Amino acid sequence: MGFITGVGLTSYGKHEGSSSLDLMGRAAELAIADAGLNRAEVDGVLCGYSTVSPHIMLATVFAEHFGIRPSYAHAVQVGGATGLAMTMLAHHLVDAGIARHVLVVSGENRLTGQSRDASIQALAQVGHPDYEVPLGPTIPAYYGLVASRYMHEYGVTQQDLAEFAVLMRRHALTHPGAQFHEPITVADVMASKPVAMPLKLLDCCPVSDGGAAFVVSRERTGDTAIRVRGCAQAHTHQHVTAAPRLSELGAEIAIARARASSGMAISDVRYAAVYDSFTITLAILLEDLGLAQRGEAAARVRAGHFDRDGDMPLNTHGGLLSYGHCGVGGAMAHLVETHLQMTGRAGSRQVRDASVALLHGDGGVLSSHVSMFLERVG
Amino acid sequence: MSQAKIADWTQGHEAIVYQDCGACGTRQYFRRGFCAVCGVPDPVEKRASGSGTVYATSLVCRAATPETRAHVPYNIVLVDTSEGFRMMAHGDTDLAIGDRVTARYQPFAGRLVPHFAKAK
Repeated sequence: MGFITGVGLTSYGKHEGSSSLDLMGRAAELAIADAGLNRAEVDGVLCGYSTVSPHIMLATVFAEHFGIRPSYAHAVQVGGATGLAMTMLAHHLVDAGIARHVLVVSGENRLTGQSRDASIQALAQVGHPDYEVPLGPTIPAYYGLVASRYMHEYGVTQQDLAEFAVLMRRHALTHPGAQFHEPITVADVMASKPVAMPLKLLDCCPVSDGGAAFVVSRERTGDTAIRVRGCAQAHTHQHVTAAPRLSELGAEIAIARARASSGMAISDVRYAAVYDSFTITLAILLEDLGLAQRGEAAARVRAGHFDRDGDMPLNTHGGLLSYGHCGVGGAMAHLVETHLQMTGRAGSRQVRDASVALLHGDGGVLSSHVSMFLERVG
Repeated sequence: MSQAKIADWTQGHEAIVYQDCGACGTRQYFRRGFCAVCGVPDPVEKRASGSGTVYATSLVCRAATPETRAHVPYNIVLVDTSEGFRMMAHGDTDLAIGDRVTARYQPFAGRLVPHFAKAK
């Protein structure tokens, strides 16, 4: 059984002059200290990737830089699902006795380390090199396609999608580490610059610098124990051209497997941390996961259901949309915030009850999915 | 990608090509040396009619390279072809989901790309 014993998170936004390794190191130090460990006790390292500083052996590069000699180390690449995929693997590694304390770490100076064009260009390469990329699509365009179809099938409007951006911004206002601190309205989202219609600038997460890390351990290291109750993946396709029908996407498969492996039901969940690269991503995933009825997620946002003091607090740090998105670290911030909530350390953002949390990550264009249940014990 | 038997737009020719599996009947768009459903090798390459129905659209207004920026805004579409496979292409900006469309070919960022317009 894997326990999340420590978490670390930098602010997201601009970290002028910091390299990807710097940001990884800063988050790792915070997480190891939070777990009450010293760095020599870390015997496993899993890291994500950096589009700014690509390397074929990033985990080893990081371990040497950080000054540790782990008995198990490598990078993992599943796009936006990487953070939860690494957590799932760390959970299985400690459970199998391969390692005792696995450091899961990622960080990237994606905002200041390269131009926005370079970021957009690098990410667009998840498209098919022969049949998609020559057409000039961008990541927002891949999701814009999905959005147009989802809106068509379920009667969702652009105003509905805007509600998710407003909610994430409202949450970010209460977190000093968030990239954005100005409140926005549905009208602001609607009036923001068109990017890949129906998605506009405020429907899209930003590009950020930042780092996030956590330690996954075989045993608890503190009084409050947060453990992985169950998790599962699903991978249905890579390219949006080859995606299955909207009713057969991987999130529904992953959550069904995670429910089966954990014995948990959606009605057990008290806190939700769901991938939100775009407003449409959040709308679809909430409905695929069963946190809202089909086509009704926006109505639940309007009713306050996902507010900090609502029935199902969601991404209380502001999510990718407003806390920020530095690559793999982006969605890892969701887990850091979940851990703070579950251990009662979220300060002014603290929710009433976060005893059971559901986390979900998505990589590619709704291609790769990881669902995970965390629970507080003792 | 396996060797093309019929040249298509990805090689600069005015054609959309798909593969038809003789064993299980699957029609696939991304060229491979085998059927991705049943694994039988050498699916038969065929030229598509260029007609289909719009499945999804996204009008790109923010492009990432100087070559593509010159074309902004351009409409990326997913089309369900009448042969039964789905493909990505460009389309007229007035296209809506469900429209019946036919393909022509247009230059884009130094390449030739399929471009769909409403069927006459």
